[in-house]
Amino acid sequence: MLRSILSDDLPRSRWLALALVAILVGLAVAPFLFPGAKSLNVAAKICVFIVLAASFDLLLGYTGIVSFAHTMFFGIGAYGVAISLTRMGAGWDAVAVGTVAGLLLAIVLATVIGLFSLRVRTIFFAMITLAVASAFAILASQLSDLTGGEDGLNYRLPAALRASFSFGDTLFGVRLNGRLLDYYLVYTASLALILVLLRIVNSPFGSVLMAIRENPFRAEAIGYRTVVYRTIASCIAAATAALAGALLALWSSQTNPDTTLSFDIMVDILLMVVIGGMGTMYGAVIGAVLLVFAQNYLQDLLAVANKALLGVPLLANLFHPDRWLLWLGVAFILCVYFFPAGIVGRLRQKR
Amino acid sequence: MKRDWLPLLLIPALMIGALPLIGSPASWVTLTVAGLAMGLMIFIMASGLTLTFGLMDVLNFGHGAFIAVGAFVAASVMLALAPWMTADSIWLNLAAIGPAVLAAMVVSGVLGLGFERVIVRPVYGQHLKQILVTTGGLIVAEQLLKVIWGPDQITLSRPTALRGAFLFGDIAIEKYRVLAVVVGLVVFAALALTLNRTRLGLLIRAGVENGEMVEALGYRIRRLFVGVFVVGSALAGLGGAMWGLYQETVTAAIGAQVAVLVFIVIIIGGLGSVGGCFVGALLVGLTANYIGFLAPKVALGSNILLMALVLLWRPQGLYPVAKR
Repeated sequence: MLRSILSDDLPRSRWLALALVAILVGLAVAPFLFPGAKSLNVAAKICVFIVLAASFDLLLGYTGIVSFAHTMFFGIGAYGVAISLTRMGAGWDAVAVGTVAGLLLAIVLATVIGLFSLRVRTIFFAMITLAVASAFAILASQLSDLTGGEDGLNYRLPAALRASFSFGDTLFGVRLNGRLLDYYLVYTASLALILVLLRIVNSPFGSVLMAIRENPFRAEAIGYRTVVYRTIASCIAAATAALAGALLALWSSQTNPDTTLSFDIMVDILLMVVIGGMGTMYGAVIGAVLLVFAQNYLQDLLAVANKALLGVPLLANLFHPDRWLLWLGVAFILCVYFFPAGIVGRLRQKR
Repeated sequence: MKRDWLPLLLIPALMIGALPLIGSPASWVTLTVAGLAMGLMIFIMASGLTLTFGLMDVLNFGHGAFIAVGAFVAASVMLALAPWMTADSIWLNLAAIGPAVLAAMVVSGVLGLGFERVIVRPVYGQHLKQILVTTGGLIVAEQLLKVIWGPDQITLSRPTALRGAFLFGDIAIEKYRVLAVVVGLVVFAALALTLNRTRLGLLIRAGVENGEMVEALGYRIRRLFVGVFVVGSALAGLGGAMWGLYQETVTAAIGAQVAVLVFIVIIIGGLGSVGGCFVGALLVGLTANYIGFLAPKVALGSNILLMALVLLWRPQGLYPVAKR
C-alpha cells in the first residue's frame, strides 16, 4: 500500500523517514499545534515551496538541466489566478479559468524555450532562461493595467476561503473558518502534486531522464530523442510550478512581483534543491522546509549575534539580520563541493 | 580560412534600416552614438567571459560580481576625490577618473584571481557544478558588497567636463558617450592586436581551438587560463566603473542586471568568440536604443527577440567556435 503510494521510492534511511513523517504530520496538524496567523502562513508557504522545489528538482536533479526561469512559471500560475479573480469576481469559475490559463501559457512558453535552446547545449538553456525570465519580470511590472505593476494585485478569494466564512464552532480551540479550509486545500493539493511527481520520476520516463542526465550522448545512441525528453521534462516542471503559483495566489489573496517573479525566489529554490539533495524528491521537501524556516527564523538568530557584536564595525554588518542570504550562500557553495548529494544523500549513505 | 563577413554587415544594415523608421537624422545620430556607447561598454564586460569559456569551457555565472565590484570601488574613489570631480578642469577630472578606474580594475582583477582559485578551480569540466557554484559565488559576493558598502544605492555624478553634450547643428551627442566609444574601441583594438599579432594571443587562440594539443606541445594552458580569467575580471571591473558613471547610480544588484545583457551578447556572438562578442554587443546596444525610441513598451523584449532571431539563423551564435 505505502509502497504503491510512494511509487516504490522509499526513503531508504531511518532518519529521513522520520523527518518526512514529522513534516507530513507536522504540516497536517500545524493549524491546531501552532495557532496564529504567522505560523499558519509559514506552514502554507512551506507546502507551496515544497511543490515548487520538487518541480525544479525534476529539471535540475533528475534531468541535469539548469533553468533560471522557474520563477517565471511560478509567477504565471500565480498571476493567472490573481488576474482572473480580479477581473471575473471572487468565484470558483474564476479560479478554474485562471489556473487553466496559467497552466497553458506555462506549457507553451516552456515548449518554445525548450525547443529553442535545449537543442544545442544545456549551458545555453541556463543563460537563455535567465534572460527570458528577467525580461518577463520587467514585462510584468510594466503591464500595470493587467498585473498592477510593482504593487501587484490585491483581490478577494472565493467566499468559502475567507476568514469570515465559518463552518462550525471551534475544534480544539481553533475557529473553523475559511482560512483553515484554505490551508487544507493547499496542503492536500501539495501532497497530491508531490505524489504525482514521485510517480513521474519513478516511471520509465523518469529513468530515461536520469539516463540523459548521466550521459546524454549514450541516451541518444540507445534511441531516445533527448531533445524531446528534455522538453517534456521542462514542460512538466513548468506546469507544476504554475500550479504551485496558483496555490500561492489562492492562499495569500495578493500577488506581486517580489513574491512570485523576483530573482531572489529563484535563488531560494536553487538553495532548497541543492542543500536538500539533488535527484531525490525528498531532498526538495527537506530543503524547502529548512529554507522557509531559515527565512523566517534565522533572521531572529542573526539579530542576536548582531546585537552581541554591535561595537565591532564590519563584523556587526556581517551578522546583520538582512544578511541571512550570505550565510545560506556560503552553505550552498560548501554543499556543492562537499555534499553534492545534499542532506538526503548524506542520510542515505550513512545507513 | 575565408573570413565570414555576413554577421559584420548586420551592424550597418541595422543602422541604415533604422534611419527611415526614426525619421529625423538628428535623433538617428544621437541614438546611434548612444547604442554604440552602450554596446561597447557591454563588450568590455563580456569579452573576458567569452574568452574564459572558449579557453577552458568554464562559464562563470558570477561574472556580474566583478562588474559590481568595479562599479563600487570606482564610486568610492571618485567620491573620495570629489573636489577634483567637480573642478572646472578636464585634467583634474581625468586625474580623478584615472585612479578610480585603475583601482576598479586592480581590485576586480585580484578578486578574479581569488575567485578562480577558490570557486572555479575545483569544478573544472563539470558544467552543472560550475553553474551552481558560480551562482553561489555571485550570491555571496552581492551580499558582501552590501556588508561593506551598505545596502543603499550610491549616487554618483559625472565630472564637470563629461556632463552635457557636443552640439553640431541640431545633433546632440553626449560627451560621456563619446568617451565610452573611444575607450571601448581602444579595448577592442588592444584585444584584437594581442590575440592576432602576439605569441601570447596565438597560444590563446590555439587553446580555444584545441586545448589538449597546446598542452601536448608543452605550454601550460592552466597558467594561460588564470591570466585570461584575471584580465577578463579586470575588464569587467572597468566596464562596471564605466556603467556606474553612465547610470550615475551604483547598487549591489548592478552585477546581476548587466550580466543578463552580457549573457545575451555572448550567446548571440557564439560562446568563445571575441569577434562575435563585439558584433553581438553592438547589435544589442543599437537595438536597445532604436527600439527604446520607437516603441518603449516593447524595448525590454527586443534583446530576447534579437537573440531568438540570431539563433534561428545560426543556432551556435554568429561566429561558432569550431571545436564544439
